[in-house]
Amino acid sequence: MIAETGHFALILAALIAAFQCVLPLAGAARGDQRLMDSGRTAAVAQFLFITVAFFSLMHAYVVSDFSVANVVQNSHSAKPMLYKIAGVWGNHEGSMVLWVLILALFGAAIAVFGRNLPHELRARVLAVQGMIGLAFLLFILATSNPFLRVDPAPMDGRGLNPILQDPGLAFHPPFLYLGYVGFSVAFAFAVAALIEGRVDAAWARWVRPWTLAAWCALTLGIALGSWWAYYELGWGGFWFWDPVENASFMPWLAGTALLHSAIVVEKRDALKSWTILLAILTFILAMMGTFLVRSGVLTSVHTFATDPGRGLFILALLLIAAVGSLGLYAWRAPGLRTGGVFAPISREGGLVLNNLLLATATATVLLGTLYPLLLEALDAGKVSVGAPYYNLTFVPIMAPLIVAMGIGPMLAWKRGDLPGVLARLRIAAIVTGIVICGAILLNDGPLMAVLGVGLACWLFMGALSELAERIRLFRIPLRESLRRLAHLPPAAIGMTVAHVSMAVIVLGITASAAWQSERVLVMAPGDGVDLAGYRVTLDRVEKVPGPNYTAERAAMSVTRKGNVVTVLRPEKRAFVTPPQTTTEAAIHTTWLADIYAVIGDPVAPKAGEGGKAGWTVRLYHNPLVPWIWIGAVIMVVGGLISLADRRHRVGAPARKTRSAETPAAGAA
Amino acid sequence: MNAPRPALTRRRRRLYLLGAAAVVLALAATLILNSFKDSLVFFYSPSDIATRADIPRDRLIRIGGLVEKGSIIRAGSEIRFTVTDTAHNLRVVYRGILPDLFREGQGVVAQGSLKAGGGETVFEAREVLAKHDETYMPREVADAIKKSGQWKPDEAGTK
Repeated sequence: MIAETGHFALILAALIAAFQCVLPLAGAARGDQRLMDSGRTAAVAQFLFITVAFFSLMHAYVVSDFSVANVVQNSHSAKPMLYKIAGVWGNHEGSMVLWVLILALFGAAIAVFGRNLPHELRARVLAVQGMIGLAFLLFILATSNPFLRVDPAPMDGRGLNPILQDPGLAFHPPFLYLGYVGFSVAFAFAVAALIEGRVDAAWARWVRPWTLAAWCALTLGIALGSWWAYYELGWGGFWFWDPVENASFMPWLAGTALLHSAIVVEKRDALKSWTILLAILTFILAMMGTFLVRSGVLTSVHTFATDPGRGLFILALLLIAAVGSLGLYAWRAPGLRTGGVFAPISREGGLVLNNLLLATATATVLLGTLYPLLLEALDAGKVSVGAPYYNLTFVPIMAPLIVAMGIGPMLAWKRGDLPGVLARLRIAAIVTGIVICGAILLNDGPLMAVLGVGLACWLFMGALSELAERIRLFRIPLRESLRRLAHLPPAAIGMTVAHVSMAVIVLGITASAAWQSERVLVMAPGDGVDLAGYRVTLDRVEKVPGPNYTAERAAMSVTRKGNVVTVLRPEKRAFVTPPQTTTEAAIHTTWLADIYAVIGDPVAPKAGEGGKAGWTVRLYHNPLVPWIWIGAVIMVVGGLISLADRRHRVGAPARKTRSAETPAAGAA
Repeated sequence: MNAPRPALTRRRRRLYLLGAAAVVLALAATLILNSFKDSLVFFYSPSDIATRADIPRDRLIRIGGLVEKGSIIRAGSEIRFTVTDTAHNLRVVYRGILPDLFREGQGVVAQGSLKAGGGETVFEAREVLAKHDETYMPREVADAIKKSGQWKPDEAGTK
């Protein structure tokens, strides 16, 4: 009964969404306040009904209702409660319900908190949100209904893929979706602005907090995913340039560009047309991410078992959204008033460079992701594009961006003084020079490592120099500087924090890529091996029962110069439902490096060949790898600090009244 | 501040922008074309390797097929197994830990290079990839088996 309630609620939500796409739009065109307000009611109602549907599905999982097909396929009565709940979005159908739930959440948030938005703009934004909602609700109802029953109901379920039974992955999809779907708000604002024919500083101020919030969530989602891949997959790496990883990374890159270009619209009333285009492209990339993951057109370690019908449906949605919004853009964007002028060397110029490089980086990732599909469509053979491609294209594009990140924030708006800024960055330059020299002397890895360390140092020092400049550190009494620091707008501090975090991430990636040590060998109890200054000894391997699996758990003591550092306990878990084994890496972190151990299959001694009995063991020493996730967390903190800025409060800014402009364009 | 002449400045600004964009795009295109030459990894089926002469040795490629039943031999950390597309077989050598989903009779994709030694072609795998989902077969593998004319969807267990 509860499952039917959920199904019914989903149908009602789709009907409401259908009204939500039409009525507010008509209201905004005719200046009818009641019709425009209906959009708010519809957005809230749509959210409530999808919430009912979502919790109906969750209820079916929590009580293990095996008359629901989706629960049978993805859950099991013996599963721990956390994974029963996470199982709701650990599968295709449920994750799509989560997708529309978050979409409706954003819609309702605009309806409730967007009080100070002009009524026409709000009505149009809600209408666009309604269109997206309707499309995805129809997709769920037509191809991916999670509420279908099975009769007779089986005694137990088939279980959730054990590799997904992990806290990191339980929270990874919701954050990723918050990010993906959050960009729908920027998209809706962009389309609404195109319909209205007006983009100004106030528009950018409304869009920025939503974009920033979505960007923070996406950053966290990607970081959680890569952290999960690092400790769960047992390959010792954190990023594999897998198509599905790229699918989440492209909207992040475009979203980062959008965050920066929206600043120019807000402060200088320039780059409007480009910002609108970015807002559209970011969401289209996010939708494409959903398509790539859901359709199975790309071979990836992440693909769920797929159904071509679904892929076609999402592809159709993607095409309608892309053709519709880009067509609208081509038609309306030339009519946008162009804004303030600026010299190439200026803060705006720096942000344009940021956008150029980020957009190019996005394009290279897009090309690398889609190229195998293209080649296959032309029947020119099957290829995969892996890390070497991205190292040769993506990295050289990011390097100048990071150099520019050190300089850009210190340039003045409109016309910057590059020699003056470089003079103020001399301490950063000197420190970077010293660090590069040190790195050359100490480096025993590839030359790229020196470049990475130098870039990270430059960015770190550049960000600090900019902050020091703002508070006039050492030029006025310290107390006065601290007073200035306390009075800086949160957005400025947020930027510094986010830029510093980028330096931390670059350093983590460089060090772990360049100076990783790896050992793969067969170890019997009592055997020891040296690894980057540590000695790792396999003490024993024993069988340990778990809640819904049995594990083979090794104990490996790690010593350094005779002192015991830690005991690593990697496991190999054998699940019964579904019958599958997973590898649980054991990681000891010193915050400067990780010691990472994985235990593989037992090896029998080979008669006559002198092989020995034991277990295959893989050991890694990964320098600075925790800094990647620390950096990601700092980055999110930076975003949240910016979000706390009073200027970004959703309701706070009011549009400056301009007598020359009339909203007559809305009638078109 | 002196007032700039907007028309000229705007045109010049656009010129600068276009110039910068052109430079960045040209740079990116060069990088991409350059790297495609060396970093594309082609996929071949065991039948391709057995029948085609143009497949480079000692170059990074991917192969895929089903792990033949009873073919897995472990000697220390070295593992040998046979990958088949049911028409032809290919011997594979790998050192290291196999992924959790690696099993006899299951689809597998491996990345590495071909070594011609002792008259027989052996594939030295650097990476062995298996999928998260136990019912999923890598698409390349399914296609390779289809091509060899031995495709039985039910048996293979793909959805």
